[in-house]
Amino acid sequence: MWGIEVIFKGKNFLRLLGGLGTALQISLAAVLISIPLGILLGVLMAGKNPVIKAILRVYLDFIRIMPQLVLLFLVFFGTTKVWGWDLSGEVSSVIVFSMWGSAEMSDLVRGSLAAIPKHQYESAQSLGFTPWQTKIYIIIPQTIRRLIPLSINLITRMIKTTSLVLMIGVVEVLKVAQQIIEANRMTAPDAAFGVYLFVFVLYFAACFIPSLLARHLERKWS
Amino acid sequence: MDIQILQEYLPLFGEAALLTIVLGTAGIAISVVIGLICSLVQYYRIPVARQIVRIYIEISRNTPLLIQLFFIYYGLPKVGIKTDPAICGIAGLAFLGGSYMAEAFRSGLDAVDKIHAESAKSLGLTGTQTFFYVILPQAVATSIPPFTANVIFLMKETSVFSAVSLMDLMFTAKDLIGLYYNTTESLFLLVVLYLIILLPISLFGTFLEHKLGNNSVRQSRKTTVKRQVSENARKEVVPDVGN
Repeated sequence: MWGIEVIFKGKNFLRLLGGLGTALQISLAAVLISIPLGILLGVLMAGKNPVIKAILRVYLDFIRIMPQLVLLFLVFFGTTKVWGWDLSGEVSSVIVFSMWGSAEMSDLVRGSLAAIPKHQYESAQSLGFTPWQTKIYIIIPQTIRRLIPLSINLITRMIKTTSLVLMIGVVEVLKVAQQIIEANRMTAPDAAFGVYLFVFVLYFAACFIPSLLARHLERKWS
Repeated sequence: MDIQILQEYLPLFGEAALLTIVLGTAGIAISVVIGLICSLVQYYRIPVARQIVRIYIEISRNTPLLIQLFFIYYGLPKVGIKTDPAICGIAGLAFLGGSYMAEAFRSGLDAVDKIHAESAKSLGLTGTQTFFYVILPQAVATSIPPFTANVIFLMKETSVFSAVSLMDLMFTAKDLIGLYYNTTESLFLLVVLYLIILLPISLFGTFLEHKLGNNSVRQSRKTTVKRQVSENARKEVVPDVGN
């Protein structure tokens, strides 16, 4: 019925999960790179050096305003043409998502730092905290509480964005789904409905669970 | 980079950009309507409809547009629902955007203190009057930053339309790269045209945000209660921005 049976034929189910695994691995790698990088950039953006801030702003705004697919094309096709690099789809997507993720993360960090009221710094100072102590004992713990739910949201956005890697030829869920549909063209001509519905559900599960967690933490800590 | 090639490609990219703008605008317009309806259903807590809206928002926010498009374009025809690529693209964008817009409007509506509605009622305003004269004007002000962020986000999302064989900017770029290997020129035009579409929206959004941001600061100085409210509103707004 509508190709639901195709999903459970042979190794198809495991292949689809494997495809999702590839997508999740790419997003995990990108997240692991972009969180520390984003924190660093965010702290720099919240700092006082106007030159660094101006340069970063242009860079980060460019990354954030370009569709992620355009960035993928720039890295995947552009570097080959200009420098002759032969990057695989996976490597280019990790590079792009790390750049994009760290830009987004830096904005979240900057926002969380800016959201801390000035009187927190002033009270700390009047209590005799040194600037470093203020940061470690007062500012960072509060910032982290704000940041954790936001970063989990960023992870779900990252997972959603990884679906784009299909367009630069990485074999992930959608590609596997296409292959399965093609292979069963004769026996199950309507398989596209069931298989794509299944992919839809897979992605939903992969994103819904972390976003529930983020919402829970947000409620608990705000 | 070859100027002649740029000149040769520019009309092709211009046409593609036009398609991106037309489809994007149509999709965003419909998603605003969907978003308004959904946010009102949630605001007035209409039974049954509210649960349906909740489920819709979760599904649409937790799946990527590309997957939604594949399902609409390749999956649905198998059960008899056939659409042409343009309609499919608009439908996908509206399906995705509706939930983002709903969240933006809902955060605006929720930021309006309940006391305003109660005061309006005690002054003898009807439900409709309360909504249009008291709640809506205040809600719009808080909704504008997430709204513009959503418009930019949805315009960016149109870049996946090439997957359903719409000849948008991405499609044109990929096609030209594949045909003539003029990668540098194609990518340059791709970036420039996306900037032409997205930068004005982004700048306008920042401008509006600054204007509204200053206002809310001025207001919040009046009372601490007010400040708490607008801070809550801002908190509410932050995680909803972007994809």
